[in-house]
Amino acid sequence: MTTSMTASPRVEMLGVSKSFPGVRALDSVDLTLHPGEVHALLGENGAGKSTLIKILTGALECDRGDIRLEGRPVSFRTTGEAQASGISTVYQEVNLIPAMSVTKNLTLERTGGRLGFVSWRRAREQAREKLQRLKLDINIEQSVGSYSVAIQQLVAIARALDDDTKVLVLDEPTASLDAQETETLFGIIRDLKARGIAVVFITHFLDQVYEISDRISVLRNGSLVATKPTSELPPQDLVAMMIGRELGDVEAAFTKSERKAPGAEKVVARNLGKKRMLEPFDLVLRAGEVVGLAGLLGSGRTETAKLIFGAIRHDSGSLSVRGTEIRGNSPRRALDAGIAFCPEDRKTEGLVGELSIRENIVLTMQAKGGWLRRIPHRDQERLADEMIKALAIATPDAEKPVGQLSGGNQQKVVLARALASKPEVLLLDEPTRGIDVGAHAEIIVLIRALCDEGLALLVASSELDEIVAASDRVAVLRDRQKIGELSGEAINHENIIRMIAGGGADHE
Amino acid sequence: MSDRGTLNRIIALRHNRAVWPLLALALILIVDGFISPNFFDIRIVEGRLFGNLIDILYRAVPAALIALGMAVVIGTKGIDLSVGSIIAICGAVIAWRIQAGDPHLLILFYALVAGAVCGVWNGFLVAGLGIQPIIATLVLMVAGRGIGLLINLFYGGTNPSFESELLQGLSTGNIWLIPTRLFVALGLFLALWALIRRTALGLFIEAVGGNAAASNLAGVNSRLVTFFAYVICGVMAAAAGVIMTADTHTSDPVSVAMYSELDAILAVVIGGASLAGGRVFLGMTVIGALVIQALTTSILISGLPPEYNLVIKALVVMAVLFLQSDNARSAISRLIPGGSR
Amino acid sequence: MLKNALAGAAFAVSALVCSTAFAQTIGFSQVGSEGDWRPAFSANMQESAKDYGIDLKFANAQGKQEEQLRAVRAFIAQGVDAIIIAPVVVTGWDQVLQEAKEAEIPIFLVDRDVEVKDPSLYVTRISADFNLEGKLAGAWLAAESKGTCKIVELQGTTGSAPAIERKKGFEAVIGQFPAMEIVATQSGDFTTEGGKKVMEAFIKSTNNLDGICASFAHNDNMQLGAIQAMKEAGLKPGKDVLMVSVDYVPAIVEALKAGEANASVELRSAVGKFIYPVILDYLKSPQELPKWIVIPSDLHTAN
Repeated sequence: MTTSMTASPRVEMLGVSKSFPGVRALDSVDLTLHPGEVHALLGENGAGKSTLIKILTGALECDRGDIRLEGRPVSFRTTGEAQASGISTVYQEVNLIPAMSVTKNLTLERTGGRLGFVSWRRAREQAREKLQRLKLDINIEQSVGSYSVAIQQLVAIARALDDDTKVLVLDEPTASLDAQETETLFGIIRDLKARGIAVVFITHFLDQVYEISDRISVLRNGSLVATKPTSELPPQDLVAMMIGRELGDVEAAFTKSERKAPGAEKVVARNLGKKRMLEPFDLVLRAGEVVGLAGLLGSGRTETAKLIFGAIRHDSGSLSVRGTEIRGNSPRRALDAGIAFCPEDRKTEGLVGELSIRENIVLTMQAKGGWLRRIPHRDQERLADEMIKALAIATPDAEKPVGQLSGGNQQKVVLARALASKPEVLLLDEPTRGIDVGAHAEIIVLIRALCDEGLALLVASSELDEIVAASDRVAVLRDRQKIGELSGEAINHENIIRMIAGGGADHE
Repeated sequence: MSDRGTLNRIIALRHNRAVWPLLALALILIVDGFISPNFFDIRIVEGRLFGNLIDILYRAVPAALIALGMAVVIGTKGIDLSVGSIIAICGAVIAWRIQAGDPHLLILFYALVAGAVCGVWNGFLVAGLGIQPIIATLVLMVAGRGIGLLINLFYGGTNPSFESELLQGLSTGNIWLIPTRLFVALGLFLALWALIRRTALGLFIEAVGGNAAASNLAGVNSRLVTFFAYVICGVMAAAAGVIMTADTHTSDPVSVAMYSELDAILAVVIGGASLAGGRVFLGMTVIGALVIQALTTSILISGLPPEYNLVIKALVVMAVLFLQSDNARSAISRLIPGGSR
Repeated sequence: MLKNALAGAAFAVSALVCSTAFAQTIGFSQVGSEGDWRPAFSANMQESAKDYGIDLKFANAQGKQEEQLRAVRAFIAQGVDAIIIAPVVVTGWDQVLQEAKEAEIPIFLVDRDVEVKDPSLYVTRISADFNLEGKLAGAWLAAESKGTCKIVELQGTTGSAPAIERKKGFEAVIGQFPAMEIVATQSGDFTTEGGKKVMEAFIKSTNNLDGICASFAHNDNMQLGAIQAMKEAGLKPGKDVLMVSVDYVPAIVEALKAGEANASVELRSAVGKFIYPVILDYLKSPQELPKWIVIPSDLHTAN
């Protein structure tokens, strides 16, 4: 029950180094975790956060360095060993089995039955006990998949915790949570902290870092930049430490420049809708204009983009691209008409993890060209190299399987594929999801640059900052319905929030 | 210094996926050399090359053709259990049309069309109706041999044996001392390779197998690609069917190519592909088929009682797959000091 | 086994059509319609039933015992005069045969055997003797080679009853001749394809069948494959090597004529004339019969 910083450290990682073929992932990194502290671990994509965590939790072995748990040197060869010693992890992508019940998910590991048999009565008791720790009251017989992502996240945390948990690692736990759910989670984190558990918190939301963490460690390019108490590190300094350059650049990206008047209408949606999914809406996308899609989780942002792209077939209204109506819309027809789409969920909808960066990038171009007209290998390479350079994708070469890239770089590959098809209209669904601050700014800059080149853009995002910074016009959604638009000077946090909250909407 | 370079090169070879199946093949042949001293002899008999090595190539042809089609289907994250039944149907069609007196070139075409039709059926069930591949192809696997029997019954073929210069020429004939079927296999291999690798079809198949949803959003018509994969598999099985049926001069729907689907799947897996889809290795699949055939041939010449055959085959296959498993390999290199990187 | 369902159904339909009022009604539960021999066997049973004035109720079990049990119970319910069973498997018969006994319906087995605790549950088994077939082949070969012969053997499916018994019978005979021995034996799974593959390997491992005087195959299909393999290797089957096998299928008859095969033991499919008289006699005057009545096997040669 100690929260004192002077107590002996829970975990000490000293001089930890790790290399992968062609990449030095960690170079002599130190990390100390005290009982009862929330330790924020920050850094850009590929800074080495995941590698460090994987070494701590036994998923990877380090090449050099020492790990001490409560003063004893340890070396975990599997996550199971680490867990048995009290180090638990909850990953960003929830590792639950959706079709199985909450009980089964909670007792998948450590089914302590005699002779390997599972006593379901005991399993249910254990499950209730685990959920009780988080004050989570849900039906444990229901399948995990039937609950919201937020609840699933909490179930995953409940699974990771038990009586002798000493260290809990939370890898971007709030990425898919809304404000209220995040608050619930923070309540739980504070509770754990009070029980003396050391919590490692990885996130890209800086305000959350300041809200919850006691100390901050920043990694950059595989090295530790510094570890400091949160109270002694102002946000501007933190961002500068993370991206290694003056904050001015980032702020410039967020500052609106003089905008040219929007060009021709590229996409016109009239009464476009789908029953039980999205109420019919009107939307116009123009060349050289960024339209933001704002709304809470589940308000229909993704569905709007997918309806325009034809990934979801509309059952009412019409959609015209450059004046021609598209009938029987499908991704293929949308692509042929010059619309490209970057989905929100890279892993399940964006990329083919087994294929190389090159193959992922050329896929859409090749699909448009047809299977008979294969793009020559040399052209594929040239295109991939161009894109890697243009979007600053961090990789030794274009033949690396996409699945091995970090989240931000994967997102860039999705974007590269869309751009390679030379679209006139680009639909981006959560382009900065799971990406940290540096890459975040890069992508916003990129969106503006594309817009200046005359592309029509639609950006769906859960982050208001992003919407406000990037958009010329904002369409606001609530409860699967478009409730209005904002443009020009009217685009600011207050107006958008007021519309979403249902107050007097500033229709124009 | 150069020693070290060579060593490093050998260590790097471990990670080349071609090494382990080739090593397995070499080991099997070396063991054969000990079992039977004149194992590697090649003579000329009846105007053709003759010997165990030729036999392995010769016998591996149908299995390799089936496995190549299977590799394509497995690339889409699918599986085709019906290849043996497709061969049974092709055999019955051949025997039937020969009895009916059709020109034999036309019969060759009919047989391949029969295979394509079977592939269309499988493709329709999997891509059109969205039935899981293992179930969808089970339908034809179960019904196909019955259809073959019905065709035999249909023309009253109690003795469905036949003679055909063209078909037997393709299957058991030879050109310049070399069995014709090796040319047939090489031709089909190159044709399939060109279809997969010289067009974008291979990329689409691997993309669909790796992530169908993402491929769809990237503009690939994943259902059409999947459908096409089953048609390719059907045609390849039919080609194997022509060779097998002409080889035995008879249509035997009940027992022809029994368990050939399992050998084909095994060949694909030995070739380094994953049943989870996403990768097609045509060349390695052929090596996989050769490993299996070399094993079968060596069991036959070993003189061991037939009761041991299946067990030995299973053990060797297990050993090959064990060598290919990354987990097993890293466990071994941990055991051998200095073996780890 | 389902693969035979369609073909089997065709037989079942034709069987129903020809049932009209006859003196005796007999139910026949057949295994299925796999291979060449069994359909011919079924057809003969149906044909010759007419000659004996029997109303034969034919049921195809499609290779499934549960189907067969259902058919036998249906026969009992219909009150047939006798039931013929060609069993799918050897075990699991006690219950249903007891039911038949209580209904006072005599059971006759054909083809394969059953294992029951109480042998009085069936009257007799009327079938060919696999062991005898092997003995006939062995005896012919002993006579033909004058007791001196190195033999290669193509076995049937490993562990199957015909493969085991034909091998036993064959070995029992050649065991009497010190100069006769099996130098190589492998399973060809009763198929042409298998026979050809195995013979190809034998040719290589024995240096072109050097010193081999005979090939004994457990069925004709394998022997036909072996003949092709030998011809492709430039050997003359039937002349360089004596070819003896079992079944006497139409294709081996051709091969015998062409001199490429030397002898085949007939596995009769026309067995109605052996089976029905036994049953009809028993129905007329029930009496204790031997538990196995062997249908004689014939060995055919080229002339």
